[in-house]
Amino acid sequence: MMRRFLLSVGGGARDYVESIGLSARTFFTMLGLSPGLLRRPRLLVEQLHVIGNYSLLIIILSGLFVGMVLGLQGYYTLNKYGASESLGLLVALGLTRELGPVITALLFAGRAGTSLTAEIGLMKAGEQLSAMEMMAVNPIQRVLAPRFWAGVISVPLLTGMFSAVGILGGYLIGVGLIGVDEGAFWSQMQGGVDVWKDVFNGFVKSVVFGVAITYIALYQGYEAQPTPEDVSGATTRTVVISSLMIWWLDFMLTALMFSK
Amino acid sequence: MQRKSLDVWVGLFIVMGAAALMFLALKAGNLGSMTMGNTYQVTARFDNIGSLRPQAAVKASGVVVGRVASIGFDDKVYKAVVTLDMEEGFKFPKDSSAKILTAGLLGEQYIGIEAGGDDKNLVAGDRIARTQSATVLEDLINQFIYSKAAEGKDSQ
Repeated sequence: MMRRFLLSVGGGARDYVESIGLSARTFFTMLGLSPGLLRRPRLLVEQLHVIGNYSLLIIILSGLFVGMVLGLQGYYTLNKYGASESLGLLVALGLTRELGPVITALLFAGRAGTSLTAEIGLMKAGEQLSAMEMMAVNPIQRVLAPRFWAGVISVPLLTGMFSAVGILGGYLIGVGLIGVDEGAFWSQMQGGVDVWKDVFNGFVKSVVFGVAITYIALYQGYEAQPTPEDVSGATTRTVVISSLMIWWLDFMLTALMFSK
Repeated sequence: MQRKSLDVWVGLFIVMGAAALMFLALKAGNLGSMTMGNTYQVTARFDNIGSLRPQAAVKASGVVVGRVASIGFDDKVYKAVVTLDMEEGFKFPKDSSAKILTAGLLGEQYIGIEAGGDDKNLVAGDRIARTQSATVLEDLINQFIYSKAAEGKDSQ
Protein backbone atom coordinates (compact mmCIF):
# COMPACT_ATOMS: atom_id res chain seq x y z
CA MET A 1 0.00 0.00 0.00
CA MET A 2 2.65 2.46 1.17
CA ARG A 3 4.99 1.20 -1.50
CA ARG A 4 2.43 1.73 -4.23
CA PHE A 5 1.77 5.27 -3.02
CA LEU A 6 5.47 6.14 -2.98
CA LEU A 7 5.83 4.55 -6.39
CA SER A 8 3.11 6.72 -7.89
CA VAL A 9 4.48 9.89 -6.29
CA GLY A 10 8.01 9.12 -7.45
CA GLY A 11 6.84 8.17 -10.91
CA GLY A 12 4.80 11.34 -11.19
CA ALA A 13 7.74 13.47 -10.14
CA ARG A 14 10.01 11.71 -12.61
CA ASP A 15 7.53 12.19 -15.46
CA TYR A 16 7.22 15.85 -14.54
CA VAL A 17 10.94 16.48 -14.50
CA GLU A 18 11.31 14.51 -17.72
CA SER A 19 8.67 16.60 -19.48
CA ILE A 20 10.36 19.82 -18.33
CA GLY A 21 13.69 18.54 -19.56
CA LEU A 22 12.25 17.46 -22.91
CA SER A 23 10.55 20.77 -23.54
CA ALA A 24 13.64 22.73 -22.49
CA ARG A 25 15.79 20.60 -24.81
CA THR A 26 13.43 21.15 -27.73
CA PHE A 27 13.40 24.87 -26.91
CA PHE A 28 17.16 25.23 -27.02
CA THR A 29 17.44 23.03 -30.11
CA MET A 30 14.97 25.35 -31.78
CA LEU A 31 16.90 28.46 -30.72
CA GLY A 32 20.11 26.88 -31.97
CA LEU A 33 18.57 26.15 -35.36
CA SER A 34 17.00 29.61 -35.66
CA PRO A 35 19.91 31.33 -37.48
CA GLY A 36 18.97 29.12 -40.44
CA LEU A 37 15.92 31.37 -40.81
CA LEU A 38 18.14 34.17 -42.04
CA ARG A 39 18.74 32.16 -45.19
CA ARG A 40 15.02 31.59 -45.71
CA PRO A 41 13.24 34.71 -44.46
CA ARG A 42 10.22 33.82 -46.61
CA LEU A 43 9.16 31.18 -44.06
CA LEU A 44 9.08 33.84 -41.36
CA VAL A 45 7.15 36.32 -43.51
CA GLU A 46 4.51 33.70 -44.30
CA GLN A 47 4.06 32.91 -40.61
CA LEU A 48 3.95 36.58 -39.66
CA HIS A 49 1.10 36.93 -42.12
CA VAL A 50 -0.82 33.98 -40.65
CA ILE A 51 -0.10 34.77 -36.99
CA GLY A 52 0.11 38.55 -37.00
CA ASN A 53 -2.17 39.91 -39.68
CA TYR A 54 -5.05 37.57 -38.97
CA SER A 55 -4.97 38.47 -35.25
CA LEU A 56 -5.10 42.18 -36.04
CA LEU A 57 -8.85 42.64 -36.21
CA ILE A 58 -9.74 40.98 -32.91
CA ILE A 59 -6.90 42.80 -31.11
CA ILE A 60 -7.85 46.24 -32.43
CA LEU A 61 -11.56 45.80 -31.74
CA SER A 62 -10.92 44.45 -28.23
CA GLY A 63 -8.48 47.26 -27.51
CA LEU A 64 -11.00 49.86 -28.60
CA PHE A 65 -13.74 48.47 -26.39
CA VAL A 66 -11.49 47.91 -23.37
CA GLY A 67 -10.36 51.53 -23.66
CA MET A 68 -13.92 52.79 -23.95
CA VAL A 69 -15.08 50.76 -20.93
CA LEU A 70 -12.09 51.98 -18.91
CA GLY A 71 -13.00 55.53 -19.89
CA LEU A 72 -16.60 55.13 -18.76
CA GLN A 73 -15.92 53.27 -15.53
CA GLY A 74 -12.92 55.39 -14.64
CA TYR A 75 -14.92 58.56 -15.09
CA TYR A 76 -17.66 57.47 -12.67
CA THR A 77 -15.16 56.84 -9.88
CA LEU A 78 -12.81 59.75 -10.58
CA ASN A 79 -15.69 62.19 -10.85
CA LYS A 80 -16.69 61.44 -7.24
CA TYR A 81 -13.38 62.89 -6.10
CA GLY A 82 -13.42 65.73 -8.60
CA ALA A 83 -10.43 64.23 -10.41
CA SER A 84 -11.99 63.49 -13.78
CA GLU A 85 -9.03 65.24 -15.47
CA SER A 86 -6.90 62.26 -14.45
CA LEU A 87 -8.96 60.02 -16.71
CA GLY A 88 -6.27 60.03 -19.40
CA LEU A 89 -3.67 58.95 -16.87
CA LEU A 90 -5.86 56.15 -15.52
CA VAL A 91 -6.62 54.78 -18.98
CA ALA A 92 -3.01 55.02 -20.19
CA LEU A 93 -1.44 53.51 -17.07
CA GLY A 94 -3.96 50.69 -16.90
CA LEU A 95 -3.44 49.81 -20.54
CA THR A 96 0.33 50.11 -20.84
CA ARG A 97 1.15 48.40 -17.57
CA GLU A 98 -1.36 45.59 -17.28
CA LEU A 99 -4.37 45.32 -19.53
CA GLY A 100 -2.56 45.75 -22.84
CA PRO A 101 0.01 42.97 -22.40
CA VAL A 102 -2.30 40.58 -20.52
CA ILE A 103 -5.46 40.80 -22.62
CA THR A 104 -3.48 40.76 -25.86
CA ALA A 105 -1.66 37.66 -24.65
CA LEU A 106 -4.91 35.91 -23.68
CA LEU A 107 -6.54 36.78 -27.01
CA PHE A 108 -3.41 35.72 -28.86
CA ALA A 109 -3.37 32.36 -27.09
CA GLY A 110 -6.98 31.82 -28.13
CA ARG A 111 -6.68 33.19 -31.65
CA ALA A 112 -3.22 32.10 -32.83
CA GLY A 113 -1.94 29.65 -30.19
CA THR A 114 -4.73 27.15 -30.78
CA SER A 115 -4.30 27.25 -34.55
CA LEU A 116 -0.56 26.62 -34.16
CA THR A 117 -1.15 23.61 -31.92
CA ALA A 118 -3.83 22.15 -34.17
CA GLU A 119 -1.75 22.70 -37.30
CA ILE A 120 1.35 21.03 -35.94
CA GLY A 121 -0.64 18.29 -34.23
CA LEU A 122 -2.33 17.45 -37.53
CA MET A 123 1.00 17.58 -39.35
CA LYS A 124 2.23 15.05 -36.86
CA ALA A 125 -0.90 12.89 -37.12
CA GLY A 126 -0.58 12.99 -40.92
CA GLU A 127 3.07 11.93 -40.54
CA GLN A 128 4.22 15.04 -42.40
CA LEU A 129 6.84 15.68 -39.76
CA SER A 130 8.22 12.16 -40.13
CA ALA A 131 8.22 12.63 -43.90
CA MET A 132 10.31 15.76 -43.50
CA GLU A 133 12.79 13.93 -41.35
CA MET A 134 13.00 11.23 -44.04
CA MET A 135 13.99 13.94 -46.51
CA ALA A 136 16.67 15.16 -44.09
CA VAL A 137 14.69 18.31 -43.32
CA ASN A 138 14.65 19.05 -39.62
CA PRO A 139 11.02 19.79 -38.68
CA ILE A 140 12.17 21.81 -35.66
CA GLN A 141 14.03 24.15 -37.97
CA ARG A 142 11.54 24.12 -40.81
CA VAL A 143 8.22 24.13 -38.92
CA LEU A 144 8.76 25.24 -35.31
CA ALA A 145 11.40 27.98 -35.61
CA PRO A 146 9.62 30.27 -38.11
CA ARG A 147 6.35 30.01 -36.20
CA PHE A 148 8.08 30.71 -32.91
CA TRP A 149 9.81 33.86 -34.14
CA ALA A 150 6.69 35.05 -35.90
CA GLY A 151 4.84 34.77 -32.57
CA VAL A 152 7.60 36.49 -30.62
CA ILE A 153 7.63 39.38 -33.10
CA SER A 154 3.84 39.62 -33.39
CA VAL A 155 2.82 39.74 -29.72
CA PRO A 156 4.68 42.96 -28.77
CA LEU A 157 3.45 44.68 -31.94
CA LEU A 158 -0.12 43.57 -31.28
CA THR A 159 0.20 44.70 -27.65
CA GLY A 160 1.36 48.13 -28.80
CA MET A 161 -1.63 48.40 -31.12
CA PHE A 162 -4.01 47.21 -28.38
CA SER A 163 -2.79 49.86 -25.92
CA ALA A 164 -2.68 52.64 -28.51
CA VAL A 165 -6.18 51.90 -29.79
CA GLY A 166 -7.37 51.55 -26.17
CA ILE A 167 -6.08 55.01 -25.31
CA LEU A 168 -7.88 56.37 -28.38
CA GLY A 169 -11.03 54.57 -27.19
CA GLY A 170 -10.69 56.16 -23.76
CA TYR A 171 -10.16 59.52 -25.47
CA LEU A 172 -13.26 58.99 -27.60
CA ILE A 173 -15.42 58.32 -24.55
CA GLY A 174 -13.73 60.68 -22.10
CA VAL A 175 -13.26 63.72 -24.30
CA GLY A 176 -15.77 63.08 -27.06
CA LEU A 177 -18.75 61.79 -25.12
CA ILE A 178 -18.34 62.89 -21.50
CA GLY A 179 -16.52 66.13 -22.17
CA VAL A 180 -13.35 65.91 -20.08
CA ASP A 181 -11.00 68.73 -21.01
CA GLU A 182 -8.84 67.58 -23.91
CA GLY A 183 -5.68 69.37 -22.81
CA ALA A 184 -5.89 67.97 -19.28
CA PHE A 185 -6.56 64.47 -20.64
CA TRP A 186 -3.29 64.39 -22.59
CA SER A 187 -1.11 66.46 -20.24
CA GLN A 188 -2.06 64.40 -17.16
CA MET A 189 -1.29 61.29 -19.17
CA GLN A 190 2.09 62.59 -20.29
CA GLY A 191 2.88 63.81 -16.79
CA GLY A 192 2.17 60.45 -15.18
CA VAL A 193 3.21 57.83 -17.72
CA ASP A 194 6.93 57.17 -17.70
CA VAL A 195 8.42 55.87 -20.94
CA TRP A 196 10.81 53.45 -19.27
CA LYS A 197 8.90 52.51 -16.16
CA ASP A 198 5.50 52.04 -17.78
CA VAL A 199 5.67 51.78 -21.57
CA PHE A 200 8.94 49.89 -21.79
CA ASN A 201 8.09 47.53 -18.92
CA GLY A 202 4.79 46.77 -20.65
CA PHE A 203 6.78 46.02 -23.78
CA VAL A 204 9.09 43.66 -21.86
CA LYS A 205 6.03 41.89 -20.47
CA SER A 206 4.60 41.43 -23.95
CA VAL A 207 7.86 39.92 -25.24
CA VAL A 208 7.93 37.46 -22.34
CA PHE A 209 4.28 36.54 -22.98
CA GLY A 210 5.01 36.13 -26.69
CA VAL A 211 7.84 33.67 -26.01
CA ALA A 212 5.78 31.72 -23.46
CA ILE A 213 2.52 31.41 -25.41
CA THR A 214 4.08 30.64 -28.76
CA TYR A 215 6.38 28.03 -27.35
CA ILE A 216 3.64 26.38 -25.28
CA ALA A 217 1.42 26.19 -28.37
CA LEU A 218 4.17 24.77 -30.56
CA TYR A 219 5.35 22.25 -28.00
CA GLN A 220 1.83 21.02 -27.26
CA GLY A 221 1.31 20.39 -30.96
CA TYR A 222 4.74 18.87 -31.44
CA GLU A 223 4.41 16.44 -28.55
CA ALA A 224 0.74 15.54 -29.13
CA GLN A 225 -0.09 11.88 -29.72
CA PRO A 226 -1.04 11.44 -33.38
CA THR A 227 -4.71 10.75 -32.63
CA PRO A 228 -7.75 12.99 -33.11
CA GLU A 229 -8.47 12.89 -29.37
CA ASP A 230 -5.03 13.98 -28.34
CA VAL A 231 -4.73 16.71 -30.97
CA SER A 232 -7.96 18.24 -29.70
CA GLY A 233 -6.77 17.71 -26.13
CA ALA A 234 -3.48 19.44 -26.96
CA THR A 235 -5.40 22.42 -28.34
CA THR A 236 -7.33 22.70 -25.09
CA ARG A 237 -4.14 22.32 -23.06
CA THR A 238 -2.55 25.15 -25.04
CA VAL A 239 -5.27 27.56 -23.97
CA VAL A 240 -5.35 26.38 -20.34
CA ILE A 241 -1.59 26.27 -19.83
CA SER A 242 -0.93 29.57 -21.65
CA SER A 243 -3.65 31.39 -19.73
CA LEU A 244 -2.39 30.19 -16.36
CA MET A 245 1.18 30.92 -17.44
CA ILE A 246 0.21 34.46 -18.46
CA TRP A 247 -1.33 35.20 -15.05
CA TRP A 248 1.60 33.72 -13.20
CA LEU A 249 4.24 35.47 -15.31
CA ASP A 250 2.28 38.72 -15.09
CA PHE A 251 2.24 38.54 -11.31
CA MET A 252 5.96 37.79 -11.13
CA LEU A 253 6.89 40.51 -13.63
CA THR A 254 4.67 43.09 -11.93
CA ALA A 255 6.20 42.22 -8.56
CA LEU A 256 9.69 42.61 -10.03
CA MET A 257 9.04 45.78 -12.06
CA PHE A 258 6.66 47.87 -10.01
CA SER A 259 7.39 46.85 -6.42
CA LYS A 260 9.60 49.85 -5.69
CA MET B 1 2.21 38.33 -57.50
CA GLN B 2 0.96 36.30 -54.56
CA ARG B 3 4.28 36.76 -52.79
CA LYS B 4 4.29 40.50 -53.40
CA SER B 5 0.87 41.07 -51.85
CA LEU B 6 1.84 38.93 -48.86
CA ASP B 7 4.88 41.12 -48.31
CA VAL B 8 2.73 44.22 -48.48
CA TRP B 9 0.34 42.96 -45.80
CA VAL B 10 3.10 41.82 -43.47
CA GLY B 11 4.91 45.12 -44.01
CA LEU B 12 1.73 46.98 -43.15
CA PHE B 13 1.33 44.92 -39.97
CA ILE B 14 4.86 45.69 -38.80
CA VAL B 15 4.60 49.40 -39.65
CA MET B 16 1.30 49.65 -37.76
CA GLY B 17 2.80 47.93 -34.73
CA ALA B 18 5.85 50.20 -34.76
CA ALA B 19 3.62 53.25 -35.16
CA ALA B 20 1.52 52.16 -32.18
CA LEU B 21 4.63 51.75 -30.02
CA MET B 22 5.86 55.19 -31.13
CA PHE B 23 2.45 56.61 -30.25
CA LEU B 24 2.67 55.11 -26.76
CA ALA B 25 6.17 56.44 -26.19
CA LEU B 26 5.59 59.94 -27.56
CA LYS B 27 1.93 60.75 -27.00
CA ALA B 28 1.12 58.75 -23.87
CA GLY B 29 4.58 58.72 -22.30
CA ASN B 30 6.79 61.68 -21.59
CA LEU B 31 9.55 60.94 -24.07
CA GLY B 32 8.75 64.10 -26.00
CA SER B 33 8.92 66.36 -22.98
CA MET B 34 11.81 64.56 -21.33
CA THR B 35 15.02 66.50 -21.36
CA MET B 36 17.90 64.47 -22.64
CA GLY B 37 20.05 67.61 -22.56
CA ASN B 38 22.94 68.36 -20.28
CA THR B 39 22.35 68.86 -16.59
CA TYR B 40 24.41 70.02 -13.64
CA GLN B 41 24.03 68.56 -10.17
CA VAL B 42 23.50 70.56 -7.03
CA THR B 43 22.60 69.30 -3.57
CA ALA B 44 20.34 70.59 -0.85
CA ARG B 45 19.88 69.49 2.76
CA PHE B 46 16.42 69.29 4.26
CA ASP B 47 15.25 68.59 7.81
CA ASN B 48 12.34 66.61 6.43
CA ILE B 49 11.62 65.67 2.85
CA GLY B 50 8.09 64.38 3.46
CA SER B 51 7.19 62.01 0.65
CA LEU B 52 9.51 63.45 -1.99
CA ARG B 53 10.70 60.83 -4.45
CA PRO B 54 13.48 60.57 -7.02
CA GLN B 55 12.32 61.85 -10.43
CA ALA B 56 10.11 64.48 -8.77
CA ALA B 57 10.06 67.80 -10.58
CA VAL B 58 12.16 70.81 -9.64
CA LYS B 59 10.21 73.92 -10.49
CA ALA B 60 10.91 77.61 -10.57
CA SER B 61 7.80 79.81 -10.89
CA GLY B 62 5.91 76.64 -11.80
CA VAL B 63 8.17 75.78 -14.74
CA VAL B 64 10.06 72.48 -14.62
CA VAL B 65 13.78 73.28 -14.54
CA GLY B 66 15.13 69.94 -13.32
CA ARG B 67 14.47 66.64 -11.58
CA VAL B 68 15.38 65.06 -8.26
CA ALA B 69 18.24 62.67 -9.03
CA SER B 70 18.62 60.90 -5.69
CA ILE B 71 17.80 61.19 -2.01
CA GLY B 72 20.19 60.22 0.76
CA PHE B 73 20.76 60.80 4.46
CA ASP B 74 23.75 62.50 6.03
CA ASP B 75 24.38 61.05 9.49
CA LYS B 76 26.84 63.83 10.41
CA VAL B 77 24.24 66.54 10.43
CA TYR B 78 21.17 64.28 10.56
CA LYS B 79 19.56 65.75 7.50
CA ALA B 80 18.26 64.41 4.23
CA VAL B 81 20.50 65.16 1.26
CA VAL B 82 18.68 65.65 -2.02
CA THR B 83 20.65 65.72 -5.26
CA LEU B 84 19.06 67.76 -8.04
CA ASP B 85 19.68 67.45 -11.76
CA MET B 86 19.27 71.00 -13.02
CA GLU B 87 18.97 71.72 -16.73
CA GLU B 88 22.04 73.39 -18.17
CA GLY B 89 19.96 76.16 -19.74
CA PHE B 90 18.66 77.50 -16.42
CA LYS B 91 21.07 79.34 -14.12
CA PHE B 92 20.25 80.39 -10.57
CA PRO B 93 22.10 82.70 -8.15
CA LYS B 94 24.19 81.05 -5.44
CA ASP B 95 21.91 82.22 -2.63
CA SER B 96 18.71 80.76 -4.14
CA SER B 97 16.46 78.87 -1.79
CA ALA B 98 14.75 75.48 -2.18
CA LYS B 99 11.40 74.50 -0.68
CA ILE B 100 9.53 71.23 -0.73
CA LEU B 101 6.02 71.98 -1.93
CA THR B 102 2.91 69.95 -2.63
CA ALA B 103 0.95 70.03 -5.86
CA GLY B 104 -2.69 70.39 -4.87
CA LEU B 105 -3.97 69.48 -1.42
CA LEU B 106 -2.65 65.92 -1.21
CA GLY B 107 -0.76 65.68 -4.47
CA GLU B 108 2.80 64.88 -5.51
CA GLN B 109 5.60 66.73 -3.77
CA TYR B 110 8.09 68.73 -5.76
CA ILE B 111 10.91 71.17 -5.12
CA GLY B 112 10.37 74.85 -5.70
CA ILE B 113 13.39 77.06 -6.33
CA GLU B 114 13.30 80.74 -5.56
CA ALA B 115 16.03 82.86 -7.08
CA GLY B 116 18.22 84.93 -4.76
CA GLY B 117 20.20 88.06 -5.52
CA ASP B 118 23.81 86.88 -5.69
CA ASP B 119 25.95 87.85 -8.69
CA LYS B 120 27.44 84.38 -8.99
CA ASN B 121 25.42 81.42 -10.24
CA LEU B 122 25.15 77.91 -8.85
CA VAL B 123 27.56 75.53 -10.53
CA ALA B 124 27.85 71.74 -10.46
CA GLY B 125 28.60 70.42 -6.99
CA ASP B 126 27.24 73.45 -5.13
CA ARG B 127 24.93 73.16 -2.18
CA ILE B 128 21.77 75.20 -1.84
CA ALA B 129 22.10 76.57 1.68
CA ARG B 130 18.65 77.93 2.33
CA THR B 131 16.02 75.25 2.41
CA GLN B 132 12.54 74.80 3.76
CA SER B 133 11.26 71.34 4.65
CA ALA B 134 8.09 69.64 3.59
CA THR B 135 4.98 70.50 5.51
CA VAL B 136 3.99 67.50 7.55
CA LEU B 137 0.28 67.27 8.24
CA GLU B 138 0.77 66.01 11.82
CA ASP B 139 2.97 69.01 12.68
CA LEU B 140 0.34 71.36 11.34
CA ILE B 141 -2.35 69.69 13.44
CA ASN B 142 -0.11 69.81 16.52
CA GLN B 143 0.57 73.51 16.05
CA PHE B 144 -3.14 74.11 15.64
CA ILE B 145 -3.99 72.22 18.83
CA TYR B 146 -1.27 74.02 20.86
CA SER B 147 -2.34 77.41 19.64
CA LYS B 148 -5.96 76.61 20.52
CA ALA B 149 -4.89 75.43 23.98
CA ALA B 150 -2.87 78.61 24.51
CA GLU B 151 -5.89 80.69 23.50
CA GLY B 152 -7.99 78.80 25.99
CA LYS B 153 -5.52 79.59 28.81
CA ASP B 154 -5.41 83.28 27.92
CA SER B 155 -9.14 83.67 28.09
CA GLN B 156 -9.42 82.12 31.54
